[in-house]
Amino acid sequence: MDVTKNDSMEIRLSDHVVLVRQAVRKWATDLGFSLVDQTKMITAASELARNTLDYGGGGTVRLELVKQGPRNGLRLTFEDQGPGIPDLEKALTDGYTTGRGMGMGLSGSKRLVNEFEIVSRVGEGTRVTITRWK
Amino acid sequence: MERIPILRMGDYLIVTIQVDMHDRVVTTLQDDLTSMIAANGSHGVLIDISCLDIVDSFVGRMIGNIAAMSHVLDAETVVVGMRPAVAITLVELGLSLTGVRTALNVEKGMALLRAATRGRLLEDGDGRDQE
Ligand SMILES: Nc1ncnc2c1ncn2[C@@H]1O[C@H](COP(=O)(O)OP(=O)(O)OP(=O)(O)O)[C@@H](O)[C@H]1O
Ligand SMILES: [Mg+2]
Repeated sequence: MDVTKNDSMEIRLSDHVVLVRQAVRKWATDLGFSLVDQTKMITAASELARNTLDYGGGGTVRLELVKQGPRNGLRLTFEDQGPGIPDLEKALTDGYTTGRGMGMGLSGSKRLVNEFEIVSRVGEGTRVTITRWK
Repeated sequence: MERIPILRMGDYLIVTIQVDMHDRVVTTLQDDLTSMIAANGSHGVLIDISCLDIVDSFVGRMIGNIAAMSHVLDAETVVVGMRPAVAITLVELGLSLTGVRTALNVEKGMALLRAATRGRLLEDGDGRDQE
């Protein structure tokens, strides 16, 4: 898989979540994503950016245009050095929240993308990578 | 701070969300609407989201909360103008917005509000007559 373009953004403030949505919107449009695909990717990005801020204590997102054979895609990697997630299976269950949310962010964004990977270590942090192909 | 304006039209409150709101703006809107329903004795709230290109779980929760709170305050909430791509994404995300009435556009939303609150408007009228 080749990365043809990349950028990285901070997620430290609630305004940054808005900026991440705007950047993903721009990248997805430039890639020629359909309206529904754009909407799905921006929504997933919004969920994960908010988790990075609210639970991870802030972090970063890396945006990458990826190419695999004839396919082009958008890959986003959210990373924080927060408390980590002790039970990933639970966290990925619809409706599970340790905050005041609806517990739909992780499980829901997984459904909105083609590839979803999560790595989390207690006391070290969390990294979520999502990819959507055109 | 940035705030979403709320218009008062007779017994109803009307909100048009035109910007990509950051989370604090969403929470403020929810609080503002609740206090305005209570202060004005409004019977209906119409929220136009036709400008929103995404609704995530945070905004979805806000819409659900507004509907629940207005219900407690004896008012109806109608959400209008949800884009098809947003509706598809919401379902896949897993948010059903149960308990929230929706309509295609502002006109249909107002008609729905009128039909849903007709009884209450009459009751209010009777109340006034007796004074
Ligand atoms: N980056 C993270 N660091 C630590 N814990 C996390 C992180 N992301 C998610 N979690 C944990 O996983 C749980 C589930 O996350 P999810 O996004 O599904 O729901 P939520 O954020 O609680 O609610 P919603 O997203 O519906 O508003 C969170 O409540 C939190 O405990
Ligand atoms: Mg979340």
